[in-house]
Amino acid sequence: MDVQSSKVVAIGTNPDTGYDSFRLGQFTFRRDEYFAHIEWPKGSHIIEIDRFLRAMVRDIGWGFFYGWIFFDDIFGTTNHYGTVDVFAGAYDQGCKDQGIDHLETFPAEVVKDAFETISRNWINEGYDPLSAPLETGSPLGSKTRERTDPLVRGFQSATRMLGLEGDAPVRSDATGHPINRAFADLEFDKPDIECEPGFEGQLHAINLFDHIARADVTWNPSFTAITGASICCVTSEEHMLPVIHGNDRNEWFIQLTDEIHWQIADKNSGLPRGRIVMKAGDVCAMPADIRHQGFSPKRSMLMVMENGTPGLELRYASGELKPYPVDFG
Amino acid sequence: MAYKTHVSSLSAFEKGVIELKDDLRKYAFSNVFEVASHSPPFERTAVAQNLEYVAEVMRVDGESPWYAAPHDEFAIVMDGEITFNFVKLADAQVPSHAGGAAQLGAKPNGPTMGRVRARRGHQVLLPKGAAYQLTSAAPGVVLVQTMDGPVTTKRWSDICTLS
Ligand SMILES: [Fe+2]
Repeated sequence: MDVQSSKVVAIGTNPDTGYDSFRLGQFTFRRDEYFAHIEWPKGSHIIEIDRFLRAMVRDIGWGFFYGWIFFDDIFGTTNHYGTVDVFAGAYDQGCKDQGIDHLETFPAEVVKDAFETISRNWINEGYDPLSAPLETGSPLGSKTRERTDPLVRGFQSATRMLGLEGDAPVRSDATGHPINRAFADLEFDKPDIECEPGFEGQLHAINLFDHIARADVTWNPSFTAITGASICCVTSEEHMLPVIHGNDRNEWFIQLTDEIHWQIADKNSGLPRGRIVMKAGDVCAMPADIRHQGFSPKRSMLMVMENGTPGLELRYASGELKPYPVDFG
Repeated sequence: MAYKTHVSSLSAFEKGVIELKDDLRKYAFSNVFEVASHSPPFERTAVAQNLEYVAEVMRVDGESPWYAAPHDEFAIVMDGEITFNFVKLADAQVPSHAGGAAQLGAKPNGPTMGRVRARRGHQVLLPKGAAYQLTSAAPGVVLVQTMDGPVTTKRWSDICTLS
């Protein structure tokens, strides 16, 4: 695998819109009032700008997450945990058939830096791609003023369990996270913890739903509890997952409240396989050979269980492990 | 606009739909309330499995046996009000099997650490080095994040939507 180490470069400013264009390897990125335009030696592609920025900022925050992050059917990234592929059409049957697909591999830091540089330049004050569309302004139009606050947030990860001394804190009014409007109808109380003398601080419990209800980000799973390499993540979901996720391992969804509609497609070709509607209490695996995209009509609470065992992606890729989690015997 | 959050319970749950041109066994689609409503109390039924790791559903009704694991476990209360009782284990009492909860023959000897009373949406640490028991006056449901262990029950064909 050939790894490009050339960094992102700005290649000019559009005099009408005020946005810069950029080159990363053989890809160029340009935006206008409505769209991001991506070009590579044999092709080009257009993505609606809200979708593009929602995907790109999450991809940065997730550290490229597990496996494939498709911004749409054509463009995206693949995480190799140290290096990252940036691809166009590499997993689209039409592009493959025409031979116009393109893929370049970079050190992860180079892609992170590129995506931050592009996002920074293309995001104006008043627009926050991590917020639900009803909770933020529009990304459309010419450049006004760049935001100065951090682009990513909400990725604070627990190492053992949220709220333990020295671990990531639970969200609260005091941390600046009020209950979201969509969960204002729920009542939130605290668990009652009674420690016998000498065992103070050794028992621990939190209101996890309260923590999720206070999330100021959407489609943004963060670690809450860890058993070995098994990671429990929780996230609040509203509107649509602005990427299509193709995992390099199996993951599990546990729908805690409300419902999410998932569209399922073949990971390599993008051919549709159907849909799953998950309601509160439903549990479903996302096998390692699909890509999935979620739609949440009302803000909902979702738990995601991931297996963070290092090198697992190679064991699935080699076929040593089957691309589905359960042996029905 | 006023939002209505839908939270299921043992007495009111509705499973979603799975419509796929694929082998549905790959998705192992189940519902924690449906599993709990068809389980004897304290059976620990796996509803999610990532290699050696599992999430188990347990119907809590009355007093459970005592359990201990060689690692941290975490319980999320999905329905009801559940009391978790904890006893501190001496180092020699901490189970040494590979993973998952082991059922103890009786309440272990050792000092009482205390108790946690938890309701829907609460997540409770079941720390390594402690034995625990769950009790509830009325049927409740917990989801336990743990490893595949000696008392993990697998009945995937019963709990999953397969057509
Ligand atoms: Fe995913």
